[in-house]
Amino acid sequence: MAGAIAVIESAAIEVRGASRHFGAVRAVDGVDLSVRRGEIFGLIGHNGAGKSTLFKMMLGLVEPSSGEVFVDGCAVHGRDFRAVRRRIGYLPENVALYDNLSGLETLRFFASLKGAARAQCEPLLQRVGLAAAARRPLREYSKGMRQRLGLAQALLGDPRVLFLDEPGNGLDPQAIRDLYALLDELRAQGVTVLITSHILAELQERVDRLAIMANGRIVASGSVDELRAQVPMPLTISARLGAADALSAQQQLAALAGVDVIVEAEVLRVHCPRPHKMAVLAVLAGFGAGLRDLGIREPSLEDVFFGLSNQDLA
Amino acid sequence: MIFSQILTLAAKEFRDRMRNRWVLAVALVFTVFSLVITYFGAAQQGQIGLRSLEFTIASLVSLVIYLIPLIALLLGFDAIVGERERGSLDLLLALPISRLELLLGKYLGLAAALTLSTLVGFALVAVLLYRQFGWPGLLPYGGFMFSSVLLGLAFLSLAVLVSVLARERTRASGLAIALWFFFVLVFDLLLLGGLVATGGRYGGDAFAYLLLLNPADVFRILNVFSLDDLRSLYGLDSIVPPALAKPWLMMLVMLGWIVAPLLLARWRFRA
Repeated sequence: MAGAIAVIESAAIEVRGASRHFGAVRAVDGVDLSVRRGEIFGLIGHNGAGKSTLFKMMLGLVEPSSGEVFVDGCAVHGRDFRAVRRRIGYLPENVALYDNLSGLETLRFFASLKGAARAQCEPLLQRVGLAAAARRPLREYSKGMRQRLGLAQALLGDPRVLFLDEPGNGLDPQAIRDLYALLDELRAQGVTVLITSHILAELQERVDRLAIMANGRIVASGSVDELRAQVPMPLTISARLGAADALSAQQQLAALAGVDVIVEAEVLRVHCPRPHKMAVLAVLAGFGAGLRDLGIREPSLEDVFFGLSNQDLA
Repeated sequence: MIFSQILTLAAKEFRDRMRNRWVLAVALVFTVFSLVITYFGAAQQGQIGLRSLEFTIASLVSLVIYLIPLIALLLGFDAIVGERERGSLDLLLALPISRLELLLGKYLGLAAALTLSTLVGFALVAVLLYRQFGWPGLLPYGGFMFSSVLLGLAFLSLAVLVSVLARERTRASGLAIALWFFFVLVFDLLLLGGLVATGGRYGGDAFAYLLLLNPADVFRILNVFSLDDLRSLYGLDSIVPPALAKPWLMMLVMLGWIVAPLLLARWRFRA
C-alpha cells in the first residue's frame, strides 16, 4: 500500500484501469497511464480513438464507469479536487471564447474564476505575443490569435499540470515553434504537460514520452525510441550501385531471412527488419567503391502509429 | 458554494447584456408598449388618456403575460447550451467552479438584466400614475411591477432548464418557443376546454387549482385579485376559490416556479 501511494505522489497524472462506456460504446477501455512530473507527454490517436474522453476524465469532466484517475496526487472525483483545479491549466480543442470581450477582459474573467492574480494577465498576453491586441475584441482575432489566447488562459495561475488538446490547431509554423519553445521553458520550471496532436511529426521531436490510443485503449507507450524498438517495423535502405553490382547484391541479400529487395535500374531498395540492418550494410559495404550512394529511412512515429493502430484493428 | 465565483459569472452575464444594449432595448420596448397601452388602451371606447388605475393595470397585465415570458425565454435559452456549443463549457467546468455555481451565476446575471429592464421599462407609467393618483396609485402598480419581475424570473428559470436539457442551441430555441406557446397560448384553452367538456361536473374547485401549474396564470391571479374592481370585472369571484386570493400564497407559488426549474436544471446538468 505504501508503494502504491508513493507511485501516486511521484506521478503528475496517474490513470488506473479507467473505462468509460457510453451505452455499448467503450470510449475508454481499461486505460493505465502514468505521466511523470515535469515531462512533456504526448497522447496520440485518430479522431474517435478515445483521447478526448480520456482527457476529460483526467479533468473531472467525465466520470469514469470504472477505474481511478489521480492528478497531482489527488483523486479527480474526490471532494478535494476543486483545490487541484487551481493548479491545472486546460486548453480545450476548438474552443471559441467570448467574441464581445477583449483579450485582456477574457483573461481577467478566467483569472478571477481560477483565483489567479489579475496582474498576471498582461504579462501573459505579452508572453503569447498578443500584447498589441490586448484591448481588441475577440471577434477581430484570427484563428491563431484565439489559439494563443487560449494558451495564455491555460497558463493563468502558474499551473503545475497543463492539459493541451491539439494546441497546434490553427497555428502557423512559426507559432508552433514558439509554442514548443514555451513548453520547453515550462518543463524547465517543472511543469508537467500532457498534449494531444494528430500531427505526429510535430509531436515526435518534442515530447519526452508518448502513448498511442486506438479503440479506447493504449496500444503502446514510451519514448520514441522505445516505441520503435517495440514494433518490428522494417527499415528501408536505398543503395546506388552499378547495374551488375545491383543484381549481385540482390542475390546475396536474398539469402537473409525477411529481407525484401527491389532493383530499379541502378538503385537497390532493401526493406529489412531492424536486426538485419548491420548485415545488409555489411553486404553493401562489400562493393567498396561500387557503392556510390546510400540512404537509410527509419520508420517515423507516423509509421509506428499507423502500424500499431492497424495491428490492433486487425 | 463560493459566492465570489457566482458573482464573477453573474457580473459577466450582466455586463454582456448592458454592453450589447439588450437591457436598453427591452426597457424601451416596455416603455413604448406601456405608454401606448396606458394612453390608448381605451381608444376603442372612444377615450384617450389615462383612465382608472384598475383599467391601466388590467391592460398592462395582458401585455406582460405575452411579452415577459417570451423575453425571458429568449434571454436564457442558450445560457448553458451556448457555452456547450462554443466549447467553453468544458473550460469553465475544468476551473474551480461547481455546476451549481455556474448555473446560479448565469441565472443571477441574466435575472439582474431582466429585472433592471423591467423596472426601468415600466417606470415611466409609474411616474404618470403617481402624478395622477398620488401614493395610493403607486401601491397596486408597485405590486404589478414586482409580480412582473417574478414572472420574468420564473420563465428565465424555465429557460435555463431548457438550456441544460437541450444538446444543441437550435433545439433549445425550439423548446423555448414551445414552452411559450404552451404556457401563454395553449394552457388556458386546454383548461377552459376541459371545463366546458365536462360541464363543470368534475373537479369543481380543483380546476381553479390547476391554474397554479402555469406561472402566467399565477401572475394573472396575483394582479387581478389585488384589485376588487377587476375581480368582478373578470367575473373571477365565481370560479377562483378564495384560497387562491391570498397574494402571499401566490407569491410563494411564484417563488416555487423560480426555484423548481433551477433545481431540476442542476439535477440534469451533465457535462
